[in-house]
Amino acid sequence: MMKQLLTLALVFSATVLFGQQTYPVNGSYDTRPGLFAFTNATIVVNANQTISNGTLLVKGQTIQSVGSGTTVPAGYVVIDLKGKFIYPSLIDPFTTYGIPEPARTAGGGFGGRQSIFISTKKGSYNWNEAIRPETEARTMFTIDTKKADELRKAGFGSVNTLNHDGIARGTSAAVSLSDERENKIFLKDQTAANYSFNKGSSQNDYPTSLMGSIALIRQTYYDAQWYGRQKEEYNISLQEFNRQQALPQIFEADGWQNVLRADKIAKEFGKQYIIKSTGDEYQRIDAVKATGASLIIPVNFVKAYDAEDPAEARNITLAQMKGWEMAPANPAALEKAGIRFSLTAYGLESMKDFWANIRTAIDNGLTEKQALLSLTEVPAAMIGISDQAGTLEKGKLANFLITSDNLFKSSNVIFENWVQGKRFVVSKMNVNDLTGIYNLTVDSLGSLNLKINGTSAFVQRPGADTTKITASITRNGDWVGISFNLKKTPSGEVRLSGYLTSANPVMLRGESVLASGTAGKWSAQFISANTEPPKKEKPRAVITAGKLIYPFVAFGTENSPKQETVLLKNATVWTNEKEGVLLNADVLLENGKIKAVGKGLSAGSAKVIDATGKHITAGIIDEHSHIAITGGVNEGAQSSSAEVRVADVVNSEDVNIYRQLAGGVTTSHLLHGSANPIGGQSQLIKLRWGKTPEELKFGGNDGFIKFALGENVKQSNFGSGLRFPVTRMGVEQTYIDEFTRAKEYKAGLTAKGNTVRRDLELDAIVEILDNKRFITCHSYVQSEINMLIHAADSIGFKINTFTHILEGYKVADKMKSHGIAGSTFSDWWAYKMEVAEAIPYNGKIMHNVGITTAFNSDDAEMARHLNQEAGKSVLYGNVPEEEALKFVTLNPAKMLHIDQRVGSIKAGKDADVVIWSDNPLSIYARAEKTFVDGIPYWDMEKDAQIRAQQQSEKARIIQKMVESKSKGAKTQRPSADTPRIYNCESLEDYSAALNELEGVKTHE
Amino acid sequence: MNKYLFTLLLSTAGTIGCFAQANIVPAAKQTKTIAITGATIHVGNGTVISNGTIVFSGGKILSVTANGQAPQDIEVIKADGKHVYPGLIAPITNLGLAEFSSVKATLDFAEIGNFNPHIRSLVAYNTDSKVPATLRSNGILMAEITPEGGTISGSSSVVQLDAWNWEDAVVKTDDAMHMTWPAIPQSRGEFGGRRQLLTPEVIAERRQNAINELEQFFSEAKGYAAIGKPTVTNTRFAAMKHLFDGKQQLFITADSQKDIVASVNFAKKFNIKPVIVGGDEAYLITDFLKENGISVIVKQPHALPNSTDDDVNMPYKNAAVLANAGINVAISIEGYWQQRNLPFMAGTAVAWGLDKEKALSAITLNTAKILGIDKTTGSLETGKDATLFISAGDALDMRTNHVEKAFIQGRDINLDNLHKQLDKKFSEKYGLKAAN
Repeated sequence: MMKQLLTLALVFSATVLFGQQTYPVNGSYDTRPGLFAFTNATIVVNANQTISNGTLLVKGQTIQSVGSGTTVPAGYVVIDLKGKFIYPSLIDPFTTYGIPEPARTAGGGFGGRQSIFISTKKGSYNWNEAIRPETEARTMFTIDTKKADELRKAGFGSVNTLNHDGIARGTSAAVSLSDERENKIFLKDQTAANYSFNKGSSQNDYPTSLMGSIALIRQTYYDAQWYGRQKEEYNISLQEFNRQQALPQIFEADGWQNVLRADKIAKEFGKQYIIKSTGDEYQRIDAVKATGASLIIPVNFVKAYDAEDPAEARNITLAQMKGWEMAPANPAALEKAGIRFSLTAYGLESMKDFWANIRTAIDNGLTEKQALLSLTEVPAAMIGISDQAGTLEKGKLANFLITSDNLFKSSNVIFENWVQGKRFVVSKMNVNDLTGIYNLTVDSLGSLNLKINGTSAFVQRPGADTTKITASITRNGDWVGISFNLKKTPSGEVRLSGYLTSANPVMLRGESVLASGTAGKWSAQFISANTEPPKKEKPRAVITAGKLIYPFVAFGTENSPKQETVLLKNATVWTNEKEGVLLNADVLLENGKIKAVGKGLSAGSAKVIDATGKHITAGIIDEHSHIAITGGVNEGAQSSSAEVRVADVVNSEDVNIYRQLAGGVTTSHLLHGSANPIGGQSQLIKLRWGKTPEELKFGGNDGFIKFALGENVKQSNFGSGLRFPVTRMGVEQTYIDEFTRAKEYKAGLTAKGNTVRRDLELDAIVEILDNKRFITCHSYVQSEINMLIHAADSIGFKINTFTHILEGYKVADKMKSHGIAGSTFSDWWAYKMEVAEAIPYNGKIMHNVGITTAFNSDDAEMARHLNQEAGKSVLYGNVPEEEALKFVTLNPAKMLHIDQRVGSIKAGKDADVVIWSDNPLSIYARAEKTFVDGIPYWDMEKDAQIRAQQQSEKARIIQKMVESKSKGAKTQRPSADTPRIYNCESLEDYSAALNELEGVKTHE
Repeated sequence: MNKYLFTLLLSTAGTIGCFAQANIVPAAKQTKTIAITGATIHVGNGTVISNGTIVFSGGKILSVTANGQAPQDIEVIKADGKHVYPGLIAPITNLGLAEFSSVKATLDFAEIGNFNPHIRSLVAYNTDSKVPATLRSNGILMAEITPEGGTISGSSSVVQLDAWNWEDAVVKTDDAMHMTWPAIPQSRGEFGGRRQLLTPEVIAERRQNAINELEQFFSEAKGYAAIGKPTVTNTRFAAMKHLFDGKQQLFITADSQKDIVASVNFAKKFNIKPVIVGGDEAYLITDFLKENGISVIVKQPHALPNSTDDDVNMPYKNAAVLANAGINVAISIEGYWQQRNLPFMAGTAVAWGLDKEKALSAITLNTAKILGIDKTTGSLETGKDATLFISAGDALDMRTNHVEKAFIQGRDINLDNLHKQLDKKFSEKYGLKAAN
């Protein structure tokens, strides 16, 4: 009981500086005038205006005036800041200050041990737990004195804080970093609506993938629009979502590709997000700039890697090395590009790194002016508190820093950080300088020389030939601690603590302890001034950064290869047209197209490549690929995920693009996985290595969607087994139900004055019904294949392609009569029950029955030699060689409806062409050059040069890393960064992976 | 519970019933002397004999000659313009220990536990698996059936692929002990940054602990081997005995250069010369491997490069780089059904710099040497087993591989398989000609 009383008493005794209207006071009121005058200071009013010898008047929490020649009225406490500087306190627009850490379950999601289909949050909220716009930072916020102290020491006066959890995260709030009661420190209660791609602590399986997160955001916009028109449902989340559209919209995205993805959503719905990114924007500054988005950028630059051991250093990738070298120049790159951005301390391992990293950014080209803008006015404007903070103007909050020097100098000391007119001492001002030479006497050690130079100190035994020993000195006001190790007589650390007993001349006195534990007394008597000059401001480092490469991974190049007018001479040309295989023939490529094919073509101005003895074919087309995708290929938490789009998650930086160019692949059909009967919308790309995700897209082609049958969709080998369907019987009903609903939905949309909710999932199904989107269906055994053909007939939709189709040979007649194409594996079988009767003669039988037949990869490795997979149809079934090659060129082009543009060597078609060293179906064939749109993205000779350059570039950066380590920079052990390889069955949880990543960071 | 068991039994029985290839009978012993004439004979030791004649009787090769005449009164197979090869040998495979990768009931290659030297693959090798017949028809006639899992996985045995039971299948019992060197796990790639669940420091520490444990195990096993009659039997240590007397090989799976060096030096401490399996980075330390006389079984030339920055074609080149540096190299491929692509793995090595006959050695004689069966097989030389096949064209290329006849120890084996049977069945449905 007593203890409880005591605690209560403590709570009520907190100092109350300024009146708090509604709170009672225990005892007498202590309301103070709060009048301060700061005189003779260099006042940096804002990034553009500095007043020398100025005066700042503060009344209460407000700035009363800023200027020079001001007369200080009576009653003001005058603080003379001669030689010192005043800056506006900094503002961090992206923090979780004072908000409890959300509880996260690592590694959940679809494919795990549980299935949670709808929100576990009780009440009238959104169906999906990750959509939680009703969350308000203002209702969760409590002052965190420890964190506030850290932030203030770094110079921050106010921050924007949010609940860092979920996809729609609700509103953030701006608070000052004062330690007054919460009621007094809110600058703005709802600064912005916040979003991310990370479902955070949501327990729902959906979404598991990045493309699912994107689809969910999109659908939520439509749901919210519908919500405003209808009267049947009450939904707090959607209501809040709508209300928050009037606020600034802050989107947390990870990396420049996600910046582009977020911005694409914004544009789709007429929004402009402020995007918090990760600091790699320099890699594609033009694309980032084109978004027009303002950015919030961290300064948590990656640490150097331990690179002394060459075997270990092999694990550091070129991208990691260049990232280490170039990331500190990111803020400068943004400034140069004219992108509006704020800086944030978010993501720093320790606030202590903040200034070191800001200065590193400045060393790398960021101007001090921009740095100040990005730490004050820009964030203030972003979160709507420009009327209160960010500059030193009359009427604004008295949030300012008193510093010893220019804020950005490495020798600068922040003395005080005033927040809402309240003083917080960071480092005591006007302390006596101890620099000098002293006579140090320590009991049982005798007399020593002590030299203090600013923050460093040395001791030395008297007499010649003695070594100077570095001592450590700490100071806190008048208290001084010194320790040193004389190494012998005695060895071990000698520790002195004491205080200043006289200021002029300086005299120090106190207690000493030797390593042996012997206690005693010590004193230091000032003898003379230190003649050494004080530590100088480090000269600005001259930074020689490497060059950008596109893409920003190994085999990226500074200048992407150019489209060429080129004549390939005297080759064996596999035309895939009625001309068949032409011997000693030429192919002319011009403006990205095949200009002519034939014998003895004249070169004109074209560059001539002698291809004598070589074979030329159309580029390989992979009907079933999962490369160049980020954030997961399966959104399998629901039986239909027709709303998700691979188009949203194309990853231009995947090294597998280059690896497959080296195998002659020019076009890949990027498919959703096979975890559910109705998967997502696919994306066709050309392997334009070095271009942006948008530029990889094939362009002008029909849209496709992935369907799937069999073991995967019934979750035979993974998951909780709770998601419908778990039998092939249920699979049929999934289709019946989905298409039936889609028909009703379509009818509903045509009714006048309807309030039908726009449903992106059903939109995709309606497109199928309207022959505007085409099905490629993952399929294995004959019963299910037959089922889908029947379902399609009875419902009235078409199946374009059966992919995998391992038992196609059993139902080839049905496929043929329905005009369905088949894209299969050359020889895979026995990897699961449903391929017990998969045979390598499948392709041959389908082909001979008259089906358009292809071989696909579904595998980043196999795609590298699809030409040889086609060769296996010669081994298994004696398919004529010309026809066999079409299995991986013209036939997939036909089934993808792009045979007018690619798939054969014909004048007018795209110049997607491969030069092979041998018969392309042979195991001995190597792709020597691969052209896409007439651009030689793969060239075996050039590849050798790139690798050599890469070696020297890596050697250069390793040198630099080793140097930086020897200069004392923090380092980390290398851990290789391998690209994620997907196939149809890859299951993972995008958010869980992001959460784990963050988990690692906090545990480091 | 009883009912559940019953259902399980039923479904298992159903599975086997459906897919048995009951009419593919193992061939009887060779009774007549056979001569193959007019063929290009790829001996397996690097030499090629044009227009050669090979004569075999009682399962053994009597002669291999150029322009030779077939003796009178024997069966002659005219193979003009065709190629004769030694039966290909697939090392390191779970063939016959696995039927459907995703169906647990059919998997018998990975026992639980970390140190399992007493585990023996041979007894689980299923001659009725439908997979071996699909390999024979591409020229693979022998395989080293290998257990997996844990640090020490157990002993493999070499079998020939036309048998009634594992007893008549065996070519060499318990030829090698298989071990996986505690490796540094690769971090998983992720969505635009690094992703490593454990810090590199923690991983290094765990790895060192695993190596210490392994060293302790080997030391104790060696000590145990020196005891004549132990009072307490330890089956695990007892199974290690022949590693120390040289009667059994030690195969160590290791891929990174550091792991390879560490594992070789580890084995040396116990006077063992190991065979390195995997060897992704072996090309970086060819001098070390040569100095120590280490053979390498290159695993899976059709693989993605080890790291993002590596030469995109490095996995294709690895075998050629090693063999051309003078290292004894065998080529393998992962899995069981995949083994039918073994000849094309050798073909890949040819495309990327290895002499064609040397590449053949890497799937015949070199492999036989490594497995310790080269006295009786692995090449077409007098006195060795008549384990060979005739292909219409170059067997290392899928374009031309066409196995017309195959003999295992002189027995004329049936080249039919489930896939050919299904091809016939459904070609008939459509009135088409089957491939075979």
